[in-house]
Amino acid sequence: MNYPETLRYSKSHEWVKNEEGMVVIGLTDFAQSELGDLVFVNLPEVDDTVTAGEALGDVESVKAVSDIFSPVSGTVCEINEELLDHPELINEAPYDAWLIKVKDVTDEEELITAAEYETHCQSESNG
Amino acid sequence: MKLIFEMGAPGRGCDLIPPCTTPEVTVKVPMRKKAPHLPEVSETELSRHYTDLAKQTHGVNDGFYPLGSCTMKYNPKINDAASLLPGFTNIHPLQDTKDIQGCLEVLSSIEKALCEITGMQACTLQPAAGAHGEFTGLLLIKAWHNSRGGSKRTKIIVPDSAHGTNPASAAMADFDVVNIASDEHGCVDLEALKAAVGDDTAGLMLTNPNTVGLFDPNIAEITRIVHEAGGLCYYDGANLNAVMGVTRPGDMGFDVMHLNLHKTFSTPHGGGGPGSGPVACKDFLAPFLPGLRIDKQTDGTFTEETAAHTIGNVRSFSSNFLVVVRAFCYILTLGREGIPEASTTAVLNANYMMHKLAGHYKMAYDHTCMHEFVMTLEQEKHERNVSALDIAKALLDHGIHPPTMYFPLIVHEALMIEPTETESRETLDEAVQIFLDVLAESEAHPEKMHEYPFETPVRRLDEVGAARKPVVRYLYNPE
Amino acid sequence: MGSYIPSTREERLAMLESIGMHSFDELYADIPEALRLKDGLSLPSGLSELEVAQKIEEIAGKNTRFSHIFRGAGSYQHYIPAIVKQVTSKEEFVTAYTPYQAEISQGLLQSIFEYQTMICELTGMDVSNASVYDGATAAAEAAAMCRDRKRGTICVSASVDPKTISVIRTYCFGSGAPLVILPEKNGLTDMESWNAMDTSSIACLIIQTPNYHGLIEDGASIANAVHNSGAKLIASCNPIALGLLETPGEFGADVAVGEGQPLGLPMGFGGPYLGFMASTKDMMRKLPGRIVGQTADVDGKRAYVLTLQAREQHIRREKASSNICSNEALCAMTAAVYLSAMGSAGLEKVAASCMANARYLLEELTALGFTRKYTGEFFHEFVTICPCDAAVLSEKLAAHGYLSGLVTGQTEMLWCTTEMNTKSEIDGLIAVIKEVLA
Repeated sequence: MNYPETLRYSKSHEWVKNEEGMVVIGLTDFAQSELGDLVFVNLPEVDDTVTAGEALGDVESVKAVSDIFSPVSGTVCEINEELLDHPELINEAPYDAWLIKVKDVTDEEELITAAEYETHCQSESNG
Repeated sequence: MKLIFEMGAPGRGCDLIPPCTTPEVTVKVPMRKKAPHLPEVSETELSRHYTDLAKQTHGVNDGFYPLGSCTMKYNPKINDAASLLPGFTNIHPLQDTKDIQGCLEVLSSIEKALCEITGMQACTLQPAAGAHGEFTGLLLIKAWHNSRGGSKRTKIIVPDSAHGTNPASAAMADFDVVNIASDEHGCVDLEALKAAVGDDTAGLMLTNPNTVGLFDPNIAEITRIVHEAGGLCYYDGANLNAVMGVTRPGDMGFDVMHLNLHKTFSTPHGGGGPGSGPVACKDFLAPFLPGLRIDKQTDGTFTEETAAHTIGNVRSFSSNFLVVVRAFCYILTLGREGIPEASTTAVLNANYMMHKLAGHYKMAYDHTCMHEFVMTLEQEKHERNVSALDIAKALLDHGIHPPTMYFPLIVHEALMIEPTETESRETLDEAVQIFLDVLAESEAHPEKMHEYPFETPVRRLDEVGAARKPVVRYLYNPE
Repeated sequence: MGSYIPSTREERLAMLESIGMHSFDELYADIPEALRLKDGLSLPSGLSELEVAQKIEEIAGKNTRFSHIFRGAGSYQHYIPAIVKQVTSKEEFVTAYTPYQAEISQGLLQSIFEYQTMICELTGMDVSNASVYDGATAAAEAAAMCRDRKRGTICVSASVDPKTISVIRTYCFGSGAPLVILPEKNGLTDMESWNAMDTSSIACLIIQTPNYHGLIEDGASIANAVHNSGAKLIASCNPIALGLLETPGEFGADVAVGEGQPLGLPMGFGGPYLGFMASTKDMMRKLPGRIVGQTADVDGKRAYVLTLQAREQHIRREKASSNICSNEALCAMTAAVYLSAMGSAGLEKVAASCMANARYLLEELTALGFTRKYTGEFFHEFVTICPCDAAVLSEKLAAHGYLSGLVTGQTEMLWCTTEMNTKSEIDGLIAVIKEVLA
């Protein structure tokens, strides 16, 4: 399982990266492995607002659908359209397959470091 | 197997319609630019094609079908015969009332019988399926609250063990869904319910026996709590087959419910419909019922009228009428003695199977069950990576339709078995032996279990590929 | 008394004892005494099969079966080829459940895949679902597909079948969606009213073509205007008419729906029928209900499976866009067998006969002093102003075994012909009307 140190994480398994005044959001390696083969991603539209702690979209596997929670509040300024046709990219390279970019961030969930997140995942898979 | 589009040849076909006897006409409207590309097959090819398809379809008539929650009982043939009577099939739905007295008699009689069986006072046969009935019932609840100025009642409480249709129907009726956890017996947690109800409660949706196959002994208390909070109680009739003639939803305190004629009342499921999902309710909800209300006059004739505060219509015409005719015949056949006997035997058969499987398979709830019971393969999954899916797929090679898998959601690696009353003791014994053999094999050869089935026309389909790159129609000339 | 329980009472008692119980009552120990039904059900005793057969035949005999039917308005009498009934009576199809176990359900799954393909061919759309309850609920479900956060209002043309409008209204009462009725003008959707309207919050316009009055709407112009407003167009169609007329796909509808009953299903006093639904590729994931997809099995064999299931209620629960579970699978198979038997040439022939017969009937009625209420081009239904009271005429025709057009006003009648109504039958009808008017 991969936990890049350059990223920050939410306890609901999203990763966050700051990039030129925007926040980039994706799903973690742990998340994609738990969810299994993803078959579709529902993303918000550009200019939609997202709220920290609330669902920004969801991902579908064959037999399940899981919410993606936004770690920040702000306005969506870009979505990764490639995922709409190729959700498998999340399974293949979760840290490259970003979901959305958010600008005008006003609020942020409590985010944790790679080491803290790894501990969090270990406790979840033992639980 | 070839698709029908890959058979035949240009110009082939069946000669079915005579030449038109009135003068040919041309009209000045846009015509389709190219004819639909439909099959061009002879009747021989057409007939054999569907015979081939039938051979690759497993129905109740092909063997044991213990699909939990679906009540796959035998479908009596007299009921089908009745539904084919020209006196029913050739009736236009917009004929005058005096010309449809037979249809109205069927509808009125079955409404009365369903009210008696459910302990309700009024009934509509408009809904075409169980989920359609749920939606209809929730609209009755909504209309009733609105009529009392209670439009702030926006929440429907649903246990986490509920059928997926319950929360989905509530959402369609624009209610907020409040999920409440079940207690350790799989029943409603009374404390959780008390905490959930309030002056924003529109109602509760519940099935009893519940989806783990247990009768909730606190049912009267549950409906009382909801009523005291000002909400109404909706009964999901999916599991009514356990208790007909023994106890009634109306007497348990429910206000409105649907029945699944294609489960409880033996009408065939047709590979996913047509079903029929009548809604029965207490008197105070009757003024809101959809469709036309049928009344029997003192002279024995039937009349139709719209309910005073009707929610409107939930489909174009009266009902899935030809399905209703089948269920009506079933009720005529069974009668006052046969109906409870069917339920009691359904419960007996389930307990008989559970008893024989217990000690081998782990029961999710080790308690006398109603018409179905749930096993969990959690331990097998954990110890040797054999899942409920693996067991189900192995059963396919033995001519048994697998139980319902992975439902209810509150039980991990669930297999839900509902034998129904129309199976003989030998069938149950044979099925039990097969279940035990499969389990024994999963101990001896756990790896092999992921390979099953071996005997079916196709095996373990790529569902991920199907969903990622959907191919949902045949293309004659793919690019 | 009839029963379908194989085991005898003795066998059942033995089974009961084998699980350590002594009475059937013990099975119900969890049901509180106070809730038990004390005196049994107040229903008649059960009947033998012969008695049931006699009773049900007697009840069916109380209906009036018309030998000559000139009524449509949402339910149509067409010829049903013998093979249709034969195929759809096969017990494997009739007695199966939803094909969740793909390995033993390939027959059903493939038949639905074939149905979906035929509906796409018929409507000119990209994707079809496996059916919904009927044409009216298909329209209501389609409206729900088009709604989003920005556009929530549903608009329906007044020329749509009032029963469909009624169902859409009921669904809107549920969802809370505002509903606007777009007026009609000379029996057709009035697009001038649309252009004059604030359409910024309108999600979709629902039209029907041929519409309730039988008139053929100008699909292309309507689609153009609707799309210019940023809304979507839902077109409800008669599947027989699609054998000849421009398809929703061609005129630019986003969703095509309709009542599939004319495709081999009997009138059956209103059901079971078949709601078909097809859409553009873009809207595929918004389609409600089951969809069958092609895939391969582990050995690489072509195979079919229920797909895109994460849209549906059993997975998405309260977030599902529709609650539909059971649909009308056997009716969809009926439609597929009908279309396969007819082929496109047969379907065209049926459609052409419908149209020709209707025009002949109109001509003959006109000669008797009936006039058309609307002037537009029509398919196989039209509204006349009768030279007499319509209800009285209807009753007198009924006495002669003719089911007249539907009475839609004091002197108005909505007539319908299909390929079943031959010239000689129409001549017979006209002769009786002459007699009545004399």
